[in-house]
Amino acid sequence: MRHIISILMENEAGALSRVAGLFSARGYNIESLTVAPTEDPSLSRMTLVTRGNEDVIEQITKQLNKLIDVVKLIDLAESVHIERELMMVKVKTSDETREEVRSLANIFRGRIIDVTPTTYVVEMTGTSDKLDAFVAAIDSDGIIEVVRSGPTGISRGEKGLHL
Amino acid sequence: MELNGAQIVIQSLKDEGVEYIFGYPGGAVLHLYDAIFQQDDVKHILVRHEQAATHAADGYARATGKPGVVLVTSGPGATNAVTGIATAYLDSIPMVVISGQVSSPVIGSDAFQEVDMVGITRPCVKHNFLVKDVTKLAETIKKAFYVATTGRPGPVVIDVPKDITDPRIKVPYKYPKKVTMRSYNPATAGHKGQIKRAVELLLEAEKPMVYAGGGVVLGEASEELTELVRMLGYPVTNTLMGLGAYPATDKQFIGMLGMHGTYEANMAMHESDVIIAIGARFDDRVTGKLDQFCPYAKIIHIDIDPASISKTVKVDVPIVGDVKPVLEQMLELIKEGKKKPNKKALENWWNQIEKWRAVNCLDYDRSSLLIKPQYVIEQLYDVTKGEAFITSDVGQHQMYAAQYYHFDKPRRWINSGGLGTMGFGLPAAIGVKLAHPDANVACVTGEASIQMCIQELSTALQYNTPVKIVNLNNRYMGMVRQWQEFSYESRYSHSYMDTIPDFVKLAEAYGHIGMRIDKPEEVRPALEEAFALKDRTVFLDIMTDRTENVYPMIEAGKGHHDMKLRVAPGTPTDRELA
Repeated sequence: MRHIISILMENEAGALSRVAGLFSARGYNIESLTVAPTEDPSLSRMTLVTRGNEDVIEQITKQLNKLIDVVKLIDLAESVHIERELMMVKVKTSDETREEVRSLANIFRGRIIDVTPTTYVVEMTGTSDKLDAFVAAIDSDGIIEVVRSGPTGISRGEKGLHL
Repeated sequence: MELNGAQIVIQSLKDEGVEYIFGYPGGAVLHLYDAIFQQDDVKHILVRHEQAATHAADGYARATGKPGVVLVTSGPGATNAVTGIATAYLDSIPMVVISGQVSSPVIGSDAFQEVDMVGITRPCVKHNFLVKDVTKLAETIKKAFYVATTGRPGPVVIDVPKDITDPRIKVPYKYPKKVTMRSYNPATAGHKGQIKRAVELLLEAEKPMVYAGGGVVLGEASEELTELVRMLGYPVTNTLMGLGAYPATDKQFIGMLGMHGTYEANMAMHESDVIIAIGARFDDRVTGKLDQFCPYAKIIHIDIDPASISKTVKVDVPIVGDVKPVLEQMLELIKEGKKKPNKKALENWWNQIEKWRAVNCLDYDRSSLLIKPQYVIEQLYDVTKGEAFITSDVGQHQMYAAQYYHFDKPRRWINSGGLGTMGFGLPAAIGVKLAHPDANVACVTGEASIQMCIQELSTALQYNTPVKIVNLNNRYMGMVRQWQEFSYESRYSHSYMDTIPDFVKLAEAYGHIGMRIDKPEEVRPALEEAFALKDRTVFLDIMTDRTENVYPMIEAGKGHHDMKLRVAPGTPTDRELA
């Protein structure tokens, strides 16, 4: 099952490699990983998407908690949460396809943020499923590149991951 | 007080109460060595190879409970230390390793003797630090000791770039009394409700087993364990790392469990209905085949590391906490409570265990004309009255020492259980002897293992650490040969060395006494003579039966109830191989 593990950790050099190293050393897989400092610059927030049965996820969270740089973590998949991923897609355009790409982008609530005579860059946020659907809807021959941030997430309500 | 970085390191070690550092100098740590030269409080032990520095510090730590401290230079000095760091990591031994690093401005430029020590050791340390600011040096050292010695102990590396120890740069020094880290709060007390459940379950047991490991030794909880086991009247087994946690000569002790554990311990585990695991981690050498492990038992598990719980074996009552206070709480609950162990059931259970014990699984051919390695260990036990500190390397000799030297006290049995590091024994013995100069210290080893750190005979002379090296010389890498005999139709691929040195001459060349023992009747007098030579390191090169195997054994992929027992004496396995 897919799990989104959200980690609050010391914003120290090497902290990211401790997490990445743990996953490779113990044979866990990382589907995606995003990390950036929080409002407190001494802390980073990492969102990591992984897959595994309950036992594996339990070990992953325990092993992550053992890392000295990890302050706190939660498995977002355990409760109601919101997740979003950012994607930018560069597509080839011509007089015939320009309108189609624009309307598709509109349907998916994307924005066109760069225009050249032969290309569009479409920006889009949403769940990973939605972004997948957009990519599938576009003619694959027309795609020059797809850049995705990997999902990040936050729990609903008053609950939060903070000190 | 204003000090330079090098002085700060040494002063911090002093303030931390460090007695010995084990190390080897080099370019990146020259400032530090200059600071060591100018003081006498922290004594430096110069080893002959950095791996030995870590093993010696490790031996010191295991024998005392205090953290071992290591100092090595950058590059090869640092990488040589990695095996010893990993050894300490796998056995949860508190250790602080200070490694030199090239100067901060050239880090990342492939400078002379530069390696990314923080990167290399990341998977085999509890934590590591790269010091970037001399004003943070003392605090970092304090943190390193705090992390290494609390919770589940382990090695911590501090990588110190050369410019940080620059003698020209002085900064105010104050060693922090205490550090707190918001991201590190090791558990201490166990969950009260869980402890209560554990006690209830334990008292309902009809076929109980106490399975105690190295955590009891590390957590200084032998007394509590002993009291609990005696109060309940239950059988107890120790893991390889836990030997000595419960007195081996006590009648409730039914031997070590696992791959080369006793028949009675493994059978009792298999048939048990309630197992309490205390400071043990269900290692694969203990469990055998997982899906056949303790099929009838409910399991209680006490461990300070939450990640050890339900890692390989699902447990019914997990208790995360320091074993000592948890056992104290359990003892209190049992004393206060009305419920007592089920006497009738326990009597039946002990009757069953005695039947298994009667198999006498550790018996061997005592009439052999060859020296049996088991006999040597029995004599060693006898000559040292069971009071010696025994270190070992890895292989058959390690198992014989574990099986035939009956450890009654914790911290007396010092071996690399988790990583299985050959070369550990001799440097570890030197560390133990420094910690306990008046005690008998023996290194039980084999002719293959001893050669992996043999150069430390030189260190033993320089620091006058008179240890006795008991070399069970069977002219084979015995454990490899045993597995090849059992699993590879006796194709002894590279498990035989045909150019074994003359260890007597070698010992003499290093300034020690060497003895060669060829006959069984020579074993006892030689051991007596060696231990009578109080101030000399003695190398006993004992020619043992080449074909002897370690029994009993759970072969790979089998369960506890499926042990391979020794065949009767006189059968082909006892014949000398051509």
